[in-house]
Amino acid sequence: MQKKRSNDPFWWTLFGAGGTISAFFIPVHVLLFGIAMPLGWISVPDYETLLQLAQHPVTRLYIFALVSLSLFHWAHRFRYTLYDGLMLKHLEHYIFIFCYGSALAGTVITGVLIWTI
Amino acid sequence: METTINLQVLRYIPEKDPDPFYQEYEVPLREEWVILDALNYIKDQIDGTLSYRWSCRMGVCGSCGMMVNEKPILTCETFLEKYMPGPIRIAPLNYFGVIRDLVVETDGFMEKVKRVKPWIIRDKEKAPLEGEYLQTPEELSEYKQYSMCINCMLCYSACPVVGLEPQFIGPAAIALAQRYNYDNRDEGQNQRNDVLLTDDGIFECTLVGECSEVCPKKVDPAGAIQRYKVQGATEWWTSVLLPFGKK
Repeated sequence: MQKKRSNDPFWWTLFGAGGTISAFFIPVHVLLFGIAMPLGWISVPDYETLLQLAQHPVTRLYIFALVSLSLFHWAHRFRYTLYDGLMLKHLEHYIFIFCYGSALAGTVITGVLIWTI
Repeated sequence: METTINLQVLRYIPEKDPDPFYQEYEVPLREEWVILDALNYIKDQIDGTLSYRWSCRMGVCGSCGMMVNEKPILTCETFLEKYMPGPIRIAPLNYFGVIRDLVVETDGFMEKVKRVKPWIIRDKEKAPLEGEYLQTPEELSEYKQYSMCINCMLCYSACPVVGLEPQFIGPAAIALAQRYNYDNRDEGQNQRNDVLLTDDGIFECTLVGECSEVCPKKVDPAGAIQRYKVQGATEWWTSVLLPFGKK
């Protein structure tokens, strides 16, 4: 008998996309806002400039993708950490809903916040 | 006097004792001896009742894999001296049923290997008179690495997911599936996908990577699985976004 194909590729795609985007871009943010600006290596842009930047459609889309996909990356990884690391596979339905549900909630919140900047 | 090294070998003799136990042996520590030589010495000189599998003594047949100091290795290619001053703890491969002493049950593994259809599948075979299937060196190099697997099962013993999810089809079988998927003479990927894109298939893997660490033939099953995940994801999205497209 042929078994049903898994829907995990969907979650894995979000996981992979989140891992890639956060690995590439989060270090840049840490370097800029966490190190270079506090140490005075580069001048700190004022609030108005940053606000204008954040309101640009491309920036909105970028922040949304960065936050949402990173959350889904976390969700997938945390799901398997709970399954295998903490041996909680018997709670898989709850874990599944908790992990991806949290990522989805975070995505909605991010969307609302970015929309209303 | 000759230097010796202490071997602690896990014994399991179901008709005598239902519980496994460690038995200690002192064997000569010789520079040119591998672990398998020490086991053969025990079998020939000390205790003929010890059971274990071996054949080629040169890392080709894949039958002498065991846990040595908690790590899966081929005993024919690991020197005793590496474990100086001992003791060396030898046990059957992890996550397999044990038949006797160091001999493990391989039926489950063989069944998994068979399930991925590790042979060339053609929609239509060429008649012999139409000639052979030609392949360039580049086409060969696409899959050659994955064809080096000797079915030693070390990767199964190293994989924590195999331990937790016994139905997981496992590293060697997936690498072997890729060996045929990447062969340009093969047309059977869709049939293999039916096995490997299910819940027991590639997406059970959490990329621990230990399979590739312990592989004595550098097959890199972890890499094979990751490449398969990309193909599997593409397949999934295609089937969702283009429901009337290719089957």
